[in-house]
Amino acid sequence: MTGRIFYENSEISQKFRGAERPLLAVRGLTKRYGARIGCAEVSFDLWPGEVLGIVGESGSGKSTLLSCLAGHLAPDEGEVVFDTADGLRDTVAMAEAERRRLARTDWAFVHQNPRDGLRMGVSAGGNVGERLMAVGARNYGTIRGQALDWLGRVEIAADRIDDRPRAFSGGMQQRLQIARNLVTGPRLVFMDEPTGGLDVSVQARLLDLLRGLVREMGLSVIIVTHDLAVVRLLADRLMVMKGGRVVEQGLTDQVLDDPQHAYTQLLVSSVLQV
Amino acid sequence: MSDYNFAYLDEQTKRMIRRAILKGVAIPGYQVPFASREMPMPYGWGTGGVQVTAACLVPEDRLKVIDQGADDTTNAVSIRRFFQKTAGVEVTEATAEATIIQTRHRIPETPLTEGQIFVYQVPIPEPLRFLEPRETETRRMHELEEYGLMHVKLYEDIARHGTIATSYDYPVRVEGRYVMDPSPIPKFDNPKLSGNPALQLFGAGREQRIYALPPYSQVVSLDFEDHPFVASKAEHDCDLCGAADSYLDEVITDDQGNRMFVCSDTDYCRGRRAAGQVGRLGGEAA
Repeated sequence: MTGRIFYENSEISQKFRGAERPLLAVRGLTKRYGARIGCAEVSFDLWPGEVLGIVGESGSGKSTLLSCLAGHLAPDEGEVVFDTADGLRDTVAMAEAERRRLARTDWAFVHQNPRDGLRMGVSAGGNVGERLMAVGARNYGTIRGQALDWLGRVEIAADRIDDRPRAFSGGMQQRLQIARNLVTGPRLVFMDEPTGGLDVSVQARLLDLLRGLVREMGLSVIIVTHDLAVVRLLADRLMVMKGGRVVEQGLTDQVLDDPQHAYTQLLVSSVLQV
Repeated sequence: MSDYNFAYLDEQTKRMIRRAILKGVAIPGYQVPFASREMPMPYGWGTGGVQVTAACLVPEDRLKVIDQGADDTTNAVSIRRFFQKTAGVEVTEATAEATIIQTRHRIPETPLTEGQIFVYQVPIPEPLRFLEPRETETRRMHELEEYGLMHVKLYEDIARHGTIATSYDYPVRVEGRYVMDPSPIPKFDNPKLSGNPALQLFGAGREQRIYALPPYSQVVSLDFEDHPFVASKAEHDCDLCGAADSYLDEVITDDQGNRMFVCSDTDYCRGRRAAGQVGRLGGEAA
């Protein structure tokens, strides 16, 4: 890792230092697929309200890292300490029941393909309400009210509440997935290429919406993408991965405008200028 | 007696099924896997129920078989004859006189009593199946008590129909723990599952699962606070016996739009008429 952390002195770091401790502290996270490595010795802190971008080429271990963080994959080494309601807990070591409870309350996961994150056979309202019902909501009127509220927030018309996601466009499906994830007020959101597969104008609107929600709800986000424009817009801080390792990290603008590592320089210069 | 082993199945198989039943009784509502055998009838005809009944039968038993409440429909008659032939046990149509009752899709109107064994035929034992097709995932959901999805199904019902339209196969929660599929009984029968003095056993042959409700188990039908569970039935009295409290079948009697409602429980209806109760069409039909 090119050890360049401007983070300590920056204005942004002051903003997050209002919190006493990081929301998520990752130390030495390693996942191997047999002899190959998925990701190796990844360490970072994520502060409340911070958006961390992870970029890198295909196969660089971004998605493996994200899956390990979100508890979808079991890492081989390392710890992921999350600031839960009952204090700091290592999510790698905790029981599966507890981890899954966390996954439907404090965490949210936005998949690249909305089909992976939505129940396609269930209406939009049911999709949004599922997390509420999973944490014990048992009043139909309240559930439906909250579903309507959230559909409005992600700009889906109220009269589409009983339609299946199948009948929605790609952009709408993605927005529905976001509503479904945010309805229980999570504190940490994992996003895997949330704008992948959408056309540019829809991407722009989705990014706008995400930026608004992140600021409004004070969400912490870890966003994996290969689209540098997405991280430029959303992320406070950036991690660049190559071959399963973090090769560079720092504030987004610093990394993108003054890349130090050869691979980051290549990545930044590969973007087509229109 | 015939050349079959008592109650058709060999003794080793019956022991295996009894072990599964005991485990099911020990963990009310939990689906116990068992090595379901091929039975001389097609899947969907009660192969699971028949195996459970065979494992429970003793020569002193008196067997009753119900199909949709009736004692005289194909399924009921075939299974009754099957056990008459292979076990040589006595049979009866009267609920109160039976020691073992195998049923398809109904619980009798006459209350069950202590000492009776009530065997259900179950087509799909997994209540979460239609929303979550992966068996590995549904098992984990049971393990971790993640039952939010069951309410999504009810939510969809209300969103589409304005009310919980699920009228049979209505999901229940057993002793505050396992969510269970009560087999396709009408939801009218759901309240009878709870606090029942009889031992209730559920067998799914194709899906190879056995589960159980020990006597007096607490069974709660799932619902919403503002859309509570209602044990619904047709808004009529029985046209033969006049019963207002029994589950009714609707029978179309001609092509002029005439219809009649009759008790689906034939034994109950017959008993009432024998006692002199007469419904709207009871006189002429009899």
